[in-house]
Amino acid sequence: MSVKYSTTPSGTVTGRLAGKASLIIGAILIVALLAAPYVLYPAFVMKALCFALFACAFNLMLGFVGLLSFGHAAFFGAAAYATGYAAKFWGLTPELAILFGGVVGGGFGFIFGWVAIRRQGIYFAMITLALSQMVFFLALQVTGITGGEDGLQGVPRGDFLGLISLEDPLAMYYFVVAVFLVCFAFIWRIVNSPFGAVLKSIRENEPRAISLGYNVDRFKLIAFTLSAALTGIAGGTKSISVQLASLTDIQWQMSGEVILMTLLGGVGTLVGPAVGATLVVSLENFLATSGLPVTTVIGVIFVVCVLAFRRGIVGEFNAFLGRRKH
Amino acid sequence: MFKKALLAGVAVSALTAGSAMAEGISGDKVVIGVLTDLSSVYADVAGKGSIVAVELAVEDFGGTVLGKPIEVVSADHQNKPDIASNIAREWIDAKGVDVITDLVTSSVGLAVQGIGGEKGVVTINSGAATVRLTQKECTATGFHWIYDTYALAHVTAPAVISGGGDSWYIITADYAFGHSLEADATQVIKDMGATLVGSVRHPFPSADLSSFLLQAQASGAKVVGLANAGQDTINSVKQASEFGIVAGGQKLVALLAFLSDIHSIGLELGQGLNVTTGFYWDMDDETRAFSKKFFDKFGKMPTMVQAADYSSTLHYLKAVAAAGTDDGVTVAAKMKEMPIEDAVIHHGTIAANGGVIHDMYLMEVKKPEESTGEWDLYKLVKTVPGAEAFQDPKASGCALVQ
Repeated sequence: MSVKYSTTPSGTVTGRLAGKASLIIGAILIVALLAAPYVLYPAFVMKALCFALFACAFNLMLGFVGLLSFGHAAFFGAAAYATGYAAKFWGLTPELAILFGGVVGGGFGFIFGWVAIRRQGIYFAMITLALSQMVFFLALQVTGITGGEDGLQGVPRGDFLGLISLEDPLAMYYFVVAVFLVCFAFIWRIVNSPFGAVLKSIRENEPRAISLGYNVDRFKLIAFTLSAALTGIAGGTKSISVQLASLTDIQWQMSGEVILMTLLGGVGTLVGPAVGATLVVSLENFLATSGLPVTTVIGVIFVVCVLAFRRGIVGEFNAFLGRRKH
Repeated sequence: MFKKALLAGVAVSALTAGSAMAEGISGDKVVIGVLTDLSSVYADVAGKGSIVAVELAVEDFGGTVLGKPIEVVSADHQNKPDIASNIAREWIDAKGVDVITDLVTSSVGLAVQGIGGEKGVVTINSGAATVRLTQKECTATGFHWIYDTYALAHVTAPAVISGGGDSWYIITADYAFGHSLEADATQVIKDMGATLVGSVRHPFPSADLSSFLLQAQASGAKVVGLANAGQDTINSVKQASEFGIVAGGQKLVALLAFLSDIHSIGLELGQGLNVTTGFYWDMDDETRAFSKKFFDKFGKMPTMVQAADYSSTLHYLKAVAAAGTDDGVTVAAKMKEMPIEDAVIHHGTIAANGGVIHDMYLMEVKKPEESTGEWDLYKLVKTVPGAEAFQDPKASGCALVQ
């Protein structure tokens, strides 16, 4: 399962998008996000944003380091439980609870990474999968914290900074938007930093990065921990906004789902995973009331995408722009 | 002038009625939301059949209530509580849904019941097993219709023990549902002076249960109890038949098995198995008449979950008619006042914690030569009155019970 992305030279993509066009697109997206709750149902957009952040964090590993983790559900779910528990039983305010979730996600990420980072491809994927299954069974058994298959229910939304009540759907919505934008900006910063350049060089040619004197394992471990921590923040935000954490969040299927979102949107692009996540969450939501078999439809769409536009939606769009320029 | 004043008067009274939500039908129709699992593991137990059952109830009620039309909407929660809770919120806030039914899977059931309680909308669980719905997490508008883990243990174990099965070996699925069934059953076994020879926990889910079944067989216990569900139960029963557990004289008891499970196991492998159920189609003329209508529409006999959807929808509509409104809190109070009387549940009552109390049945799966048709699967061993089967509401810890 060695993943090659040389077809999408993401350096040029970000380079191009860093210009005027990206500013305009970014501004439009932010305005759209601010206006969305007046057009769409806010609870749905919030969930889409949480998964978008999850997919972007995951993409940090797959797209920019070239390592396919099959265990990200563990960080997402563990953080969802941690945040929910902290908000419900310790009475933490939502922003502290989410930060706690991020720390828990990052902590698990550090442990996973420390064990798995020296392996590549299928071995890396299998080790992360095995570790995440351990966390899943832990969640199934420690019913005092997780509620087992009943899930951790009735997580309070609480007051932001102890001041603004997030019980108000709009306040909750803008809180989630803020979390998403801050984390997305952070990911953008990572990708466009010297650190990000080293990560990309590891993805393109690891022996060469080693020969240049970089401690590759350390870079990968830091990237993995960051990715897990951001995933944790996504999971925590989800558990505050949906007000529950359940086994669905921590099951291995969730790791598969985030891979699906990332590939659909465009791996190795910045906004691709967010687009893919929005697409999958919308399909799950809108197909639910349609009477069509949801899983089958999503499966068919995935197959079509992989066959027809391998670079994902945003990846193909970027390639199209690139072709027009030359 | 007079006409204008009259119009203004009507407008004002309509406004006040709307804001107080005490009278009349909101949105000029009653909307029933069936939130079920259409694509995942519970699609056979609930799924499409649940929607059919609800539609049948609406049809039998006459299609209108208080002169307003009744609409049925449905959605597939895919066994994911966050999808379920999003749909439930959207239904309530934007689509004017007045009651949400089915809710198979305990995580979904608890999440949606919480939302209904917060927003004053009736929620009826007929699929989820967890007894927590009527305990600490009970709500004024939440109902739990046909069975729960408490009833499963308290029907099966006493009936089997009083029938001579006084030594038990329990095979438990290693998760909260299994643990709670095992704990309840163990308590009953102790209270009734029977012996628990041993117990073993299998991982959830499990395809190969042979080593656990062999331990049970070697234990020499008279009764082998299965505290698991769904595919695990189906696998256990099939493999138990291969090892000849029932043929060897031990009694095999599934604490939770649905009609659809037994139908897929078949009589050859399932014969002699004891199961608890809240509904079976072939009990009397009323159940047969309802089930035949259901069968004509759906091609399968109803499971107890689907039957419960029929019963609960009918009861909800009767309560709306009696209360003269579809306001959730008012209707919920009315539902608890009225006895349940329909083709599925005869002489049922609803406790203050939302739990339905009605007769439960211990069934034995027929031998192939006893059966007269594809769906002729059970024979009645014992009817257990509701007061014995279900938890005393006073002991439930629900704040609504004084």
